[in-house]
Amino acid sequence: MRFVVNNVPVELVDVAADMTLLRYLRSQQNLMGTKEGCASGDCGACTVLVGRQGADAMVYEAVNACICPLGSLQDCHIVTVEGLTPAPGVMHPVQAAMVECHGSQCGFCTPGFVMSLAGLQLAAGNELAKADEDTQRAAVIDAISGNLCRCTGYRPIIAAGLFVLKEASLKEASLKKTTLKKPAQTARFVQNWVPNAPLAGTGGAPADTHNRNLSDGASGYWQPHTEIELQQLLVEYPHARLVAGGTDLMLEVTQQYKNLPQLIDLNRIESLSEILIGSDEIVLGAAANYSALEKTLAELAPEFVALLKRLGSRQIRNRGTLGGNICNASPIADAPPYLLVMDAELELVNSKGGSRRELLAHFYRNYKQTSLAADEYLARIRIARARLAQPLKLFKITKRYEDDISAVMGAFCWSGATTNEFKIAFGGMAAIPKRASVTEQFLTGSNWCVSGDVDEGILAQACELLRSEFSPLSDVRASAAYRMAMACNLLKKACYEFAAEAFGKVTEARLFHHA
Amino acid sequence: MRRIVVNAELSPAANTGNAPGGVGHSIAHESAHKHVRGTAEYVDDLPLLPGTLFVATGQSAKPHARIRAIDLSAVKSASGVIDVIVQSDIPGKVDVGPVYLGDPLLAGDLVEFIGQAIFAVAATSFEAAQRAAVLAKIEYEELPAQLTIEDSLTAQSFVLPQHQLLLGDPDASIETAPHQLSGEIFVRGQEHFYLEGQISEARLTEDGGIHVISSTQHPTEIQKLVAEVLAIPLHLVVAEVRRMGGGFGGKETQAAPLACIAALFAQRNRRPVRYRMPRRDDMIQTGKRHDFLNRWRVGFNREGKLLGVDLQLAGKCGYSPDLSEGIVDRAMFHADNAYFLNSARILGLRCKTHTVSNTAFRGFGGPKGMMAVETFLEDIARQLGMDPLDVRKANLYQPGADETPYGQKIEQHVLPILIERLEKSSDYRARRIAITEFNNTHRHLKKGIALTPVKFGISFTAKHLNQAGALLQIYTDGSLLINHGGTEMGQGLYTKIQQIVASAFGVSVNRVMVSSTRTDKVPNTSPTAASSGTDLNGMAAKDACDQIKADLVSFACEHFNLAPAQIIFKNDLVILGENQLDFPAFIKLAYINRVALSATGHYRTPKIHYDRATAKGQPFLYFANGAAVSEVTLDCLTGEYKVDQVDILHDVGKSLNPAIDIGQIEGGFIQGMGWLTTEELLWDEQGRVISNSPANYKIPTAFDVPEIFNIELFDEPNLENTIHLSKAVGEPPLMLAISVWAALRDACSSTTNYQFSPRLDTPATPERIYWALQDCVAFNKTAAVKPGTTEEDFNVTT
Ligand SMILES: Cc1cc2nc3c(=O)[nH]c(=O)nc-3n(C[C@H](O)[C@H](O)[C@H](O)COP(=O)(O)OP(=O)(O)OC[C@H]3O[C@@H](n4cnc5c(N)ncnc54)[C@H](O)[C@@H]3O)c2cc1C
Ligand code: FES
Ligand code: FES
Repeated sequence: MRFVVNNVPVELVDVAADMTLLRYLRSQQNLMGTKEGCASGDCGACTVLVGRQGADAMVYEAVNACICPLGSLQDCHIVTVEGLTPAPGVMHPVQAAMVECHGSQCGFCTPGFVMSLAGLQLAAGNELAKADEDTQRAAVIDAISGNLCRCTGYRPIIAAGLFVLKEASLKEASLKKTTLKKPAQTARFVQNWVPNAPLAGTGGAPADTHNRNLSDGASGYWQPHTEIELQQLLVEYPHARLVAGGTDLMLEVTQQYKNLPQLIDLNRIESLSEILIGSDEIVLGAAANYSALEKTLAELAPEFVALLKRLGSRQIRNRGTLGGNICNASPIADAPPYLLVMDAELELVNSKGGSRRELLAHFYRNYKQTSLAADEYLARIRIARARLAQPLKLFKITKRYEDDISAVMGAFCWSGATTNEFKIAFGGMAAIPKRASVTEQFLTGSNWCVSGDVDEGILAQACELLRSEFSPLSDVRASAAYRMAMACNLLKKACYEFAAEAFGKVTEARLFHHA
Repeated sequence: MRRIVVNAELSPAANTGNAPGGVGHSIAHESAHKHVRGTAEYVDDLPLLPGTLFVATGQSAKPHARIRAIDLSAVKSASGVIDVIVQSDIPGKVDVGPVYLGDPLLAGDLVEFIGQAIFAVAATSFEAAQRAAVLAKIEYEELPAQLTIEDSLTAQSFVLPQHQLLLGDPDASIETAPHQLSGEIFVRGQEHFYLEGQISEARLTEDGGIHVISSTQHPTEIQKLVAEVLAIPLHLVVAEVRRMGGGFGGKETQAAPLACIAALFAQRNRRPVRYRMPRRDDMIQTGKRHDFLNRWRVGFNREGKLLGVDLQLAGKCGYSPDLSEGIVDRAMFHADNAYFLNSARILGLRCKTHTVSNTAFRGFGGPKGMMAVETFLEDIARQLGMDPLDVRKANLYQPGADETPYGQKIEQHVLPILIERLEKSSDYRARRIAITEFNNTHRHLKKGIALTPVKFGISFTAKHLNQAGALLQIYTDGSLLINHGGTEMGQGLYTKIQQIVASAFGVSVNRVMVSSTRTDKVPNTSPTAASSGTDLNGMAAKDACDQIKADLVSFACEHFNLAPAQIIFKNDLVILGENQLDFPAFIKLAYINRVALSATGHYRTPKIHYDRATAKGQPFLYFANGAAVSEVTLDCLTGEYKVDQVDILHDVGKSLNPAIDIGQIEGGFIQGMGWLTTEELLWDEQGRVISNSPANYKIPTAFDVPEIFNIELFDEPNLENTIHLSKAVGEPPLMLAISVWAALRDACSSTTNYQFSPRLDTPATPERIYWALQDCVAFNKTAAVKPGTTEEDFNVTT
């Protein structure tokens, strides 16, 4: 396979399918600036930028190298902290700002933060330069949401991020602050990099090169470019695992030390990462990553996008996909409750090219079991536009606000005062993400709300029904009793807001804007 | 919105330094440029020597059991495995307990916690070692296990004897007091979560010795234990540490087993060995902050003044003593926090449990001791209908009410003034009114505010540790090299030492190099702990500077025929009466004239003593002080909350480096906030740690940092003669975060119109807040007086 690390092109013939980018950088490139703090995607010490050819320029995103399969990086530009420094003695503006603001103490987390902030500056620096401070601060915090620091308490790191964004707005007059180089310099450095071979992914290359075994004999990493190729691979390698973002799958390698000898990567199949906005429905490619969904759905599905801002971290969202979230079949995954109340429909395709449609509600069979056949993959997720237009409330309960797995995830959809129909689903309340059908039926058509006033008695009865419908477990994230209490209170919260909004009353301010 | 960001370039104190960057200046961390470029090296970044072996350990699956049989054949034949060892393969001492025995390097036939190392594997790769380590077949004979503090109290099973402090006659005082109350709080421990996991590398030397490079706060102990385990003399072992990727107490004793096992394999196989714990092993196999169960009975008067306190502090030590003697002692020494107790009994219990042996963590017991008094002062306030701040203020140590339960008198009364200042600058009273207003107009959102103080004693409680050494060398080009016994874990010790040395010679900091801490440069060092790193090593470095300076001055007097007062080191120059030389030229001249240009410095802390038999003495040279005001908003429907604003005023004496001190304060505060809010250490019923990864153990992220976060230094010199009259800063700020917990409790209490303070064990996760609110609802149902909030306002669902 072929990619570029900093500005050195690399050709590899012999690489294990489950080799992670972090292990490769540290053990084979001697790039020791990228650190391992957890090997599970949680700490961000391993953050690097991965650049891909976009429509008109390279597009860089921060990713967790520790759980990123190297095989997925064919034709990519990998920038590590060493690659940010164009020459000895010169610092990237983010590096200079981190020094200036006293943003490092033990320094172990620092390269990861530098990369996350450099990623922000590359992706949105110019645009954010003109924004107000609240917007800038939110952007900085979002960019470092996947970076843990145990020493500094983050304040100086946030200050460094803001400093860089502000500097960009002072481009012309920036000579005063001589310690900082203009951000444009680095942007130019990175963007001037031209791969010495044409980038693939634009279609047209013959299938055999894509299907070429990128790895050593016993194992293989395949990156098909079309669904047809994918189907062929499913026939040829019935034991291969599918990998999209790898943010669930790769933990088997880094936490359980498993070998994954055969991997088929879904990232390069355009038809699986497309997001189509039709007049009747939206069709989400199963391999579209969360960051792409956030961008595309901001107007159409604001509540869902707000929820995504709390799913994992920026680094995780740059890799993780909806398809992975659904197929991993975790009862505490965040997207399924939303998709359940949307009556989302899955398009499942098998190795012979045959496809079937199934409601997500029917897809989950039992704990971690789905209706997905061994030779099937999830291709697309469909949501009706009509459903998207209905009032919706999503709430995620966690110990920590950012980058935490749900104790309870509640999704509530109400069709409005006239039809008065409820759809309710929970994550974390059962062995699978599950609709509260009994409670839904009870509330649908009920007098739970009379001209904006909520009938507490009816809500209390609804909660009784919830209690009969669910029997959650106690675990490291929450007790069963708290989960149950939250299911009830989130329902109430949703109802208060539905009622107030429907009748133009003031809703009580929320503690958090997102979910 | 007010959003003040602290200004790192605070007025540089002009007390000594005159060349750029000396003492009092906010210079950057000495490694900052390397940190941001990724060129600062940690142990795992060192180039691998050819033939390096990697280590993993086989772990006990039972909390308490005899090992009946152990079959390692599958481990030995696994791919890549070179060597496997069990306890009987250890040539020297088996026990690596730091103070008391009790920590076998590898378990023999008895295991005492899930995760305890039973055997160790060395293999050609990290993964091969990890894969092999799970292949052993071990037969256990299970024994009854004590897993909680309650289990241990019932069994009266302790790792060390109890200790008690007594002041006056607390029983009589409590009985005769106008008011009494009793209560308890369970304060959970904390995982260190240093970003760099535990790691050691061992290399064999040509004399059969070992060079260990370790991420440790205590190189001398590594040297000693490696020598004992290998049965070789200390002078054959060198322990070295350049920097740690965080320590926080977790690398004071916990780094040693890795070093010893790596050294053992290096000796047996004559190959370099690297032992790095992956995060999960680190979270399972290394000690944490102790859980504490604190119980009290107190008597007080109508003004809320304490008359008598009877307090029991029970710490969950785990299976062995480790450092629990000092940790529980320090909890007892801080059970008064900043308050005069009048009369008190403070009993410290060191509970034995079949869990990992708990260890040092920033604050070393202090934080857990303080939680009791901070809880019951609030309970007193609610009972008397007072603002908790007024009860706290009424009980502060002041002249005449200045004796601690251990007999030390408080001499410098910083807190009354400091709190007064913070109360004003933070607008506490006006905000209190605004909050009441907010709470009256919001149904489900409630705000709370609290101001809490910290008084923290500085010195090791083990007297002999209060010493330090340094080695200063000046080369003929005028460059200086300083080594000292302290270790750098991010706290800025090296930077401060660099500044101290630079100021001593009036040279710029770039002339001074601080290099790795090595036991062959400065011997017999103390751990870098107890916030004492700068106090001790700074003084030792200064002592070395003073010695060389004295020689240089007497040389110059003689050579230039001047009086000592005419010789001044400043601005990278040496002023010699009417003339001057630049520093390198002067040093060159001194060398030519055969002046010794190296010196070892030493320091021992004066005044301190403590008598265990009488439980009286002066264990601390001085106290560091601070206070914080926190404001929070919580959602009564879910228990979720947000910290809106934090204002801190903290006493670091005369700051050696304001930027670094502020970094310690805000970093310590956020770490303390994590301890009290989101970080929940949990074990299952079998005694297995279930918070075993960052996916389920949540330290704060950037989002959790209060948007308004004001930090100010209380700029008054230390009354004791410390290094440039500064004060230690490493640990004390952690406890400022108690204000967040207290503000959350205040917000809960608001739902009872401040008549009732619900029990709020820590960490105060959204779930615990939710249950505390349910207790408030229950109180409201039974309260005679009509409370502020009714059940409907809560929509309780239990
Ligand atoms: C630090 C961290 C934080 C996280 N936080 C959250 C969170 O807050 N909320 C949350 O819900 N999840 C979270 N996750 C889990 C994970 O990121 C999500 O579930 C993500 O959506 C998985 O997508 P992926 O593309 O990375 O899946 P992968 O890891 O690539 O795949 C997961 C599984 O699904 C299969 N699969 C993937 N795509 C398809 C397909 N199209 N057809 C058939 N099978 C397929 C794979 O074979 C694999 O078995 C977190 C993970 C990490 C590491
Ligand atoms: S090492 Fe922690 S996220 Fe990768
Ligand atoms: S500086 Fe130590 S973890 Fe961030």
